[in-house]
Amino acid sequence: MRDAVADLVRDGDTVAIEGFTHLISFAAGHEIIRQGRRELTLARMTPDLIYDQMIAGGVARKLIFSWLGNPGVGGLGAIRRRIETGEPAPLEVEEYSHFGMVGRYTAGAANLPFFPIRSYFETDLPVANPLIRQIESPYGDGVVFAVPPLRPDVTIVHAQRADAAGNTQVWGLLGCQKEAAFAADRVIVVVEELVDEAVIRADPNRTIIPGLIVDAVVVEPFGAHPSYVQGAYDRDNRFYLDWDAITRDEASLQAWLREWVYDLPDRAAYLERLGPARVASLRPTASARSGVVDYGEYR
Amino acid sequence: MSEAIAPGMATPVPFSKSEMMIVAAARELAGQHVCFVGVGLPNIAVNLAQRTVAPDLELIYEAGAFGARPARLPLSIGDPTIVTGATAVVSMYELFSFYLQGGLVDVGFLGAAQIDRFGNINTTVIGPYERPKTRLPGSGGACEIAINAREVFVIMRQSARSFVETIDFRTSPGNLGGAEQAERIRREGGWLGRGPSVVVTDLGVWHFGDDGEMRLDSLHPGATLDEIRATIGWEPRIATSLATTPAPSAQELRLIREELDPLGAYTR
Repeated sequence: MRDAVADLVRDGDTVAIEGFTHLISFAAGHEIIRQGRRELTLARMTPDLIYDQMIAGGVARKLIFSWLGNPGVGGLGAIRRRIETGEPAPLEVEEYSHFGMVGRYTAGAANLPFFPIRSYFETDLPVANPLIRQIESPYGDGVVFAVPPLRPDVTIVHAQRADAAGNTQVWGLLGCQKEAAFAADRVIVVVEELVDEAVIRADPNRTIIPGLIVDAVVVEPFGAHPSYVQGAYDRDNRFYLDWDAITRDEASLQAWLREWVYDLPDRAAYLERLGPARVASLRPTASARSGVVDYGEYR
Repeated sequence: MSEAIAPGMATPVPFSKSEMMIVAAARELAGQHVCFVGVGLPNIAVNLAQRTVAPDLELIYEAGAFGARPARLPLSIGDPTIVTGATAVVSMYELFSFYLQGGLVDVGFLGAAQIDRFGNINTTVIGPYERPKTRLPGSGGACEIAINAREVFVIMRQSARSFVETIDFRTSPGNLGGAEQAERIRREGGWLGRGPSVVVTDLGVWHFGDDGEMRLDSLHPGATLDEIRATIGWEPRIATSLATTPAPSAQELRLIREELDPLGAYTR
């Protein structure tokens, strides 16, 4: 992880750590904080706790997003303070709806100049963000809204497994990782497990990102905690609830960053601090295996 | 945090205002087929509905699940329990493009921070956008749900700060400045949605009249019209035949307390 971030994430980059609730690479976010990246533009549909932590860590000057919060719990204190008070430094924001963000990544991935959607009618969002623009259908059947392509310098995704070439498979919620990866200039894939190429080829329908577009594969088991990995570990909802008190106060947030990010060398140390009991408590209560499909052989 | 128990009702089990709100919202889903579930209170209401009045309800979670059958109430709407046993898991592109914008959603179920008499919703900021007094989560999928779902249900606690004459930011359109204007704009814009049809609060149930303004049709047991007027920023329209919402049944309360929200995360 240290090498991947050092080589591929640069000051001033637009960085997208995607994953909708599921598969959020907290390990990559923490490494970016530790390496002291600055002036990043952070893009994510849901900034979640990881961008609250990264923004508290001083890595970002701008945030691109569509829903800002700790779902079912509350707010993201570091981000809110920077928006509401401009302290310790103002944070530039560029705001869309979820479909707008999905459309932006899709346009970025498909090399399109914009993406049209039937959202934003009669709302204040195009006023708050003038990059959301109304356009006429060239076929004369009405008006839609356009969003511009989003092409991150780096997209980072967490996944269940990949092979050494970066061919990446995911199951469970897919979010917009595929679109965000194809839209990016550089891609880092972080996985629970490195598998043989034959495992990938035995189930090609599950591959969402081909090694063709991947620059680095990092093996980091439990690297998504407190987010989750379908079939491997549960979302640590206790941590999401606890975050509400930590993030309310800048001093407690900085103390948390010291204890869990700055004072630790890597993810292995984080897991050690988390402890085996907490890790064990997050395993699924039982397995729920998919059936096996037959792709057939054709010679 | 506990809430006042509704006094003087001939019910076997006392209940809180939040529980009454969730139960009333769930009952509104009777007869509905496909529901797009918003974050927060809508989540517990639809899960209660699936276990009571609407067992065949198809739940769509914006994270990418269709036909979810959550075995536990997810704190977040991106929880692994919405995947296991679901009919389909799809990318968010497919979900918003084909399922929502393609016109397959009957009810979009939203929460709100501020609402006006015509059901226009703010979930973005309190105060000016550039330097807000309170920065709220923003749209998420709400703005496209409000435009593309056949109808919109809203669940929210009622207060003078939330039921306001003028919302600070329009995140999700309701009946705009009234039904006439809203219907014209929806027709001209080719919207699939008809806008809001019900708002369920901790005090009562509101439906929207022909002119597009919300009307209090049912008052929850224990709530009073004085309370309604003290928690609203305009002179409310009250149904001439105002009903009293039937109290939660023992079964509904058991499901909320034992199965859906044993820690009280939603009912606090």
